[in-house]
Order: sequence, then structure tokens, then C-alpha cells
Amino acid sequence: MSSFWLHPALILIIGGLLLPAVPARLKKGWLLLIPILAFARTIALAKGTFGEVHFLEWVLVFGRVDALSAIFGYIMGLTCIIGTLYGLHVKEDGQHIASWFYVAGSLGVIFAGDFLTLFLFWELMAFSSVFLVWFRRRPESLAAGYRYLLVHIAGGVALLAGIVLHCKATGSWAFVAFDVHHPTVATYLILAGFILNAAVPPLHAWLPDAYGEGTFNGSVFLSAFTTKTAVYALCRGFAGMDLLVVLGVIMALYGVVYAVLENDCRRLLAYHIISQVGYMVAGVGLGTQMAINGACAHAFAHILYKGLLFMGCGAVLHMTGQSKFTELGGLWKKMPWTFVFTLIGGLSISAFPLFSGFVSKSMIVAAGFEEHKLWAAFLLMLASVGTFLHTGLKVPYFIWFGKNNCKPETWARAAEPPWNMNAAMMIASALCIFIGCYTPYLYQMLPYPTDYHPYTAYHVSETLQVLLFTAVGFFLLIKKLVPEPTISLDLDWPYRMGGRAVLWLAQKPIQFVDTCVGEIYRVAGLIPLMFTARASGTFDNGVIDGIVDGIAETVRGIGGRLRFVQRGRVQESLVLAFAVVGVLILVFLYAF
Amino acid sequence: MKLAQLIESLRNHLKTVVRVCLVLLAILVLLDAIPAIVDKEHAHTKAEHFPAFWAVFGFIGCALLIILSKWFGHAGIMQREDYYDE
Repeated sequence: MSSFWLHPALILIIGGLLLPAVPARLKKGWLLLIPILAFARTIALAKGTFGEVHFLEWVLVFGRVDALSAIFGYIMGLTCIIGTLYGLHVKEDGQHIASWFYVAGSLGVIFAGDFLTLFLFWELMAFSSVFLVWFRRRPESLAAGYRYLLVHIAGGVALLAGIVLHCKATGSWAFVAFDVHHPTVATYLILAGFILNAAVPPLHAWLPDAYGEGTFNGSVFLSAFTTKTAVYALCRGFAGMDLLVVLGVIMALYGVVYAVLENDCRRLLAYHIISQVGYMVAGVGLGTQMAINGACAHAFAHILYKGLLFMGCGAVLHMTGQSKFTELGGLWKKMPWTFVFTLIGGLSISAFPLFSGFVSKSMIVAAGFEEHKLWAAFLLMLASVGTFLHTGLKVPYFIWFGKNNCKPETWARAAEPPWNMNAAMMIASALCIFIGCYTPYLYQMLPYPTDYHPYTAYHVSETLQVLLFTAVGFFLLIKKLVPEPTISLDLDWPYRMGGRAVLWLAQKPIQFVDTCVGEIYRVAGLIPLMFTARASGTFDNGVIDGIVDGIAETVRGIGGRLRFVQRGRVQESLVLAFAVVGVLILVFLYAF
Repeated sequence: MKLAQLIESLRNHLKTVVRVCLVLLAILVLLDAIPAIVDKEHAHTKAEHFPAFWAVFGFIGCALLIILSKWFGHAGIMQREDYYDE
């Protein structure tokens, strides 16, 4: 296709690149305009295949628009507006650029029709999102960011290896459903890449590690895009793979168990992302039309309420500087509206009737019952108990009520956040309630036709009983839930401690061998070498100097210029590499 | 700050609030037991036909999750905050 197709990601990339040039007084307008334009473009997309680019002997497809990609594109675009509004007062351009590039990567993956395009945007997501962690500028954030990046690079390599093998075997780069009943090595490698981004245990530890360390607004973006883009990719490629039902149920419960132990509210929310994505992964594994609808609906609802929860806890962090329950408490006097918004997020994630989770989560559970996977359905119900227990009860209770653990300076700082943060939380809250009350809004966007009705007397009664009696259990056992100032060891332990083992190896045995070799070399090698050197010195002085001096002068010149570019600082090199990739994308898109 | 006042007045009348909540819980369970109101044909398994099945499920599930998770945590998963510091 030769006609130009405007990719919504391109609006964000260009808007981001131009941001530093926008005058200060127009900046806020620009920050709102660009995501709104990108969202408008996303919802205006006609169904079909667009943006085909011939590159070498391959055909890259930038724009595959169908029901599945449309619903994910819609919610990603919408979240970009809300997330940018939430961080509107952040002065640093880099933070906005990083989040927009991140969203662009996500939209690029969602609309990609072939694996090469998918991979390109997949990596764009990883490399831009890490800056949302680094911009917090704590020593811990720097380390967490590097761990995040390394894990995602490993996942990316697995994905790329799978893609290459898959293409070699099938002769096609097209990203379509795999034969999930006869998986090959290539299928498993691609699956590994996808489930790493979906944070499926044991490949999940990067998520709480990084999302707990992100900036107050960066984590709002982080909570929405990486995992849900992976859910999209799983829906597209792996619907009906039985393994995913098992993994999904494990995820749903794993996140809940760790949430009991967690003392940092944003890490708690991060563990609940794992739990909630578990429902979606289980839905993908069930693979029926209703289950896929459920996975998509739940991803849609989840992005909004999880974003809202991260905004609520982010507001507490932004205003008080604290995110640990053992440093907070009793804030209802100071931040009552933030409490209400966070509570709405908590009720939505817990699937209370009239809130968004109720109309989406139940589709997956119902699909489980319909497929007679009773164990899966009952365990998912158990996970919803845990969800309400923590996100609906523990988070609001121990931040806004409970024992006041605030230090005097924390208490003095605490206040309602700036207007734009409140506005973003209000919009997200309104959407959570709107989705819960007016089901056709969400259901009409789903990839398959649906006649599911969540508001039956039985379902309402079932849900209310489960949730309200969970609340009874919470208040009876509240002494056991009092937060403790600890961290929980998770499966990041092997690589955090493994890294240390490598360092020890390098510092002790390898260094020792190196010293020995150096000593042998000095004794056995140095004396003959000195003799040779003296001989060549005579030759050198006479003949070569003249030539070498000239060359050396040239090399020093080049070196001096190169030194500017490569100073050994990985972050700077990344920005540079990143800019080059951005320009390349632009060139590809514009050329056709 | 009207919202804060509302929360404060609820806190000042905590006993009443708790009593109202308990009454609501009882009504919920009673309604669930009346077939004319809560039609159990949507139930997926036989066990769900017991009145208050999901209430018991919620309560026991909650208690189990808290107790087992805390046991798991105290078995060595929860560590001092400076665990990873050099």
C-alpha cells in the first residue's frame, strides 16, 4: 500500500520529540493536545490492514486494525491522556517524552501485523519505560531500573530467537494465532517472551521491583502498558493454550499471597497487577469466545482502576514522600478526596456491583465454570477474596485510617494533591463507575459478540456475600495484618544474589589467577621483551617515528570526537540509541 | 472539607455504623436463602445451593489467605529492609 497511513504512535513520537522546543507557556496545552490527538486518531482508525512497508525482502505491517487491536488501542490511548494529565505539573520534558514513547511502543505492538514490527516496538517499550524508573533518581531506582532492563532484554532475546526460528519454519513473519496444541521450540520461546512481559511467575519479579521504584506518575504508566500489551499478544497468539489456565490461576493467587506480606503500598498494588493479569492469562488459556471477551474486558477495566489506584498511592507518595504503611496512617483528615478516589479504585478491582471489575472479571470466572474447569473458577474466586482484602481494605485502611505512623514532617507535608492530579483521578473514577453501570459501553467494543448479563440476582448476591464477609474476616483478623517494616524475598533473589556471586568470582578467584599470570609474565616475558624492545627502539627512532606520528595525530583527533559520544555512561548511550531508533521509525513511516 | 467532616462523624458513631453493617450482612444472607428473590438456577455447582455458601466461602477464604500467607512470610520470606544492602 503506497498511501500514507498515520500511525497513532507517530503522533506521540513526534509530539515527544518536539516537546522541548515548545515554549513554556504553551507546554501544558501541548501536553494535553498530543495524547488527545493520538487517542482521536486511534478511535478514528478504520478496520483493515494499513501501513505496509517493504523493507529488504520483507513486508512490515504497521497497521492491522481489527476488533482485538481496536479495543486495546482505545484503552491505551485513553490512559495516555489520563496519565499525562496526572503528571501535567512535572516540569522535566524527559519524563513526558519517556512515557509517550512508552505508549507509542505499546500502540505499535498492538497494531503490528508482523513479528518484526512487533519486536521493534516491543523493545521501544522496554527502553523507554526504564526511564520512568530512573527519573525517580534514588540510588535504589537506578539499580531497580538496570535490573528491569536486563530482565526485559533477556525476554526480548528469547522473543527474537523464537521469531527467527518460527519464520524459518513457516516462511512467514505474520503474527497470527499459533497452533497451541502442537507447540514447537519457536512457539515456546515466543511464549516465554510474552509471559515475561505479562509477569507470569517465575518470570514476574521485575514487576514489583520496578513499579515500586518508579516516579509517582511513571508508575501510573507502567501499571497500564507492559503487562496489558503482553495480554493482547497472548490473546492474539495463544488463545486456548491449556498451560495458560494453570499459569493464570497460579499468578492470581501468587500476587495475593505476596500482597499480604507487603509493606509498601505501591509494591502491594504491583503484586495485585500480577494477580489481576492472572485472570486475563487464565481467560486466554480457556480460549472460548466468552473467555477472550472476558480477558479483553478485564484488561480494559483493569488499566483504568489500576491506574487509579497507582494515582491514589502516587498522590500520597508525591505529597508526603512516603509509600510504606509503617510510615503512614490516619491521613483521612489531610487527603480525604484522594481516599475516596483510591477507594473507588479498590471497589472496582474487587468487582463490587456497579464498579468496573464486576462486569469484566466475572466473565472470565463464568467462562471457567462453563468450561467445567471448576478448580480454576473456585481458585479465581478465592483470589478475588484476596483482592478485596488488600486493595479494597488494607490499602485504604492503613494509609487513611489505622494507627497514625506519620512522622511530624510527613504529617506537615500531607495535603490534597494539585488540581490536575485530582482531575485525572476523578476522570478515572468516573470511568470505573460508568463501565460498571452501563455495560454496553465496554461490551460493544469486545472482539466477539456477547450476550453476557452480569446483573443477575444470583451473581450480585454471590459477589456481595463473598466481598462483605471478606470484610468481616479483615476486621476480625486485623491484628494479624498490621504492617511490618520488612521486604519479601521473591524470585529476583537468584539474580540479585547471583550478580553478587559473579562479582565475588571476578574479585577473588579470577583476580588471583590474573595476578599469578601477570607475575609469570613479568618474570618470563619481561626480560626477553626488554631486549627486543631495545632493538626495535633503535629501529623505531630512526624509521617509523615519522610515519606513526602522523597516524597518531589523526587517531587522536577521531578519538577526541568519539569521546563526546561514548563516555561509558550507559544511560546517555541509551538515549542516543533510542533517538536513532526513533528517527529510523520516522524514516520508515514517512518513506511510504 | 465537608468530606472530612462526614468521615469524622461516621468515626464518632462507630458503634452505630458497625451495627448497621451487621444488620445489612444478615439481610444479605436472608435474601440469599429466599428462592423467589435469588434464583439459584445460575449456580454452577450443587454446593452453591446451600444458603450463604458464598458468605462462608468469603470468610473462610479470607482467614485462610491471611493465616497461610503470614505463615509463609514468617518462614523466611519476610526479611529486614536492608537485606539486599552490601
